Amino acid sequence: MEFFTLHGFMTYSKGITYLVMGGILVFMPLYWLYLTDRDDD
Amino acid sequence: MSQETPIARKQYLTPFNVITGVILVIGLVLTVLRFTKGIGAVTNLDNNNPWGLWIGFDLLCGVALAAGGYMTSSACYIFGLKKYHSAVRPAILTAFLGYALVVFALHYDVGRPWRLPYPIFWSQGTSSLLFEVGLCVFLYLTVLFIEWTPAAFEWLGYKKIRGIVVRLTLMLTIFGVVLSTLHQSSLGALFMIAPSKLHPLWYSGYLHVYFFVSSMFAGLSMVIFESTLAHRWLHHKMDDTHLAESDGVALGFGKAASFIMMGYVGIKIIGLAVDNDWHYLATGWGAWFLVELVGFVLLPAILFSMGAREKNLTFIRVAAVWAVLGIVLNRLNVSLIAFNWHLPAADRYVPSIMEVGTTIFIVTLGVVVYRFIALKMPILYEHPDYKQAH
Repeated sequence: MEFFTLHGFMTYSKGITYLVMGGILVFMPLYWLYLTDRDDD
Repeated sequence: MSQETPIARKQYLTPFNVITGVILVIGLVLTVLRFTKGIGAVTNLDNNNPWGLWIGFDLLCGVALAAGGYMTSSACYIFGLKKYHSAVRPAILTAFLGYALVVFALHYDVGRPWRLPYPIFWSQGTSSLLFEVGLCVFLYLTVLFIEWTPAAFEWLGYKKIRGIVVRLTLMLTIFGVVLSTLHQSSLGALFMIAPSKLHPLWYSGYLHVYFFVSSMFAGLSMVIFESTLAHRWLHHKMDDTHLAESDGVALGFGKAASFIMMGYVGIKIIGLAVDNDWHYLATGWGAWFLVELVGFVLLPAILFSMGAREKNLTFIRVAAVWAVLGIVLNRLNVSLIAFNWHLPAADRYVPSIMEVGTTIFIVTLGVVVYRFIALKMPILYEHPDYKQAH
């Protein structure tokens, strides 16, 4: 990606960051369930 | 007497004693050289690289791996997970010795040991992160010492003063967590002053967050690793309670470490996205960054999770060693390997054999003191006079 303005850079990098954070918010609870689902065994 | 001497000699001349004895003698010689000939005589440090192995390993790794103290005591006393109680004393002892050796090792770098109290009592640099680190380490070392003293008082039979210190446990634990939060993160923040020197893949505005979060799983992994070593070499000093609880400690800590490590991988990816550093991943430095993040964080996290799910202690113990190595690699990357990355090879820092020897001497000293205390004091077992007294 090529950027010509700070606004262009921030829009791109923040957009990707929010997508990554959304992915992490979904992934981490699922990972916790994966870690703990055999705790009662 | 003539019959006793060979037996006594046989007991003292064990492989452990001989090897540690040789290392300690070499270390003492290096210490004399350092303090009589100056830092230039024993190190490869220069104006480009004023901080070397003693900061990168002895201090940064020492502090991170001593985080087991605040992690274990907060799990037990703040979150009420009493099933981890048997792990508290070994973890506190490891943390206390870890921090004591960090301060000890710092003398080799700084020199003039008699001036150590100056930044705290004479000339406070309140706008400096190093001052904050120094103050926190000074206070936390004191807290850890007090937290460790009940074991010494039980050994010495000082019941009254032991009772007073035990009543301070919760306050000391909270104080320890606060201080650890401050200085673990500040050690990372130290490197934020050098954005042009640290490679962009390691430099981040979140460096302090990375150091603090990674210290959590470093501490948990170190408790598991240290427990593995204790089971191997000090098994005879463990009581039934310790033996019964140790598997649960390893499984519980392994599960927690796995979750935190996954979160750490997540925030590292966020750091890449915020600074738009993706293109560096296609370079040689990017490959090295991925070796650290995938090879020494993600993979041990997965192994921890498999161990926790399958109740496989071997997986947990291997993952703990793996994660500890990962923390060492991360701290060395930030402070040495990816630091001054733009310099030509001739100007890069490589530690001298005497620096490495001093580091081995300090680690060995820690092992010897830990072994002495664990053999003498109620660290891996409850003192018979104080059973159920906590």
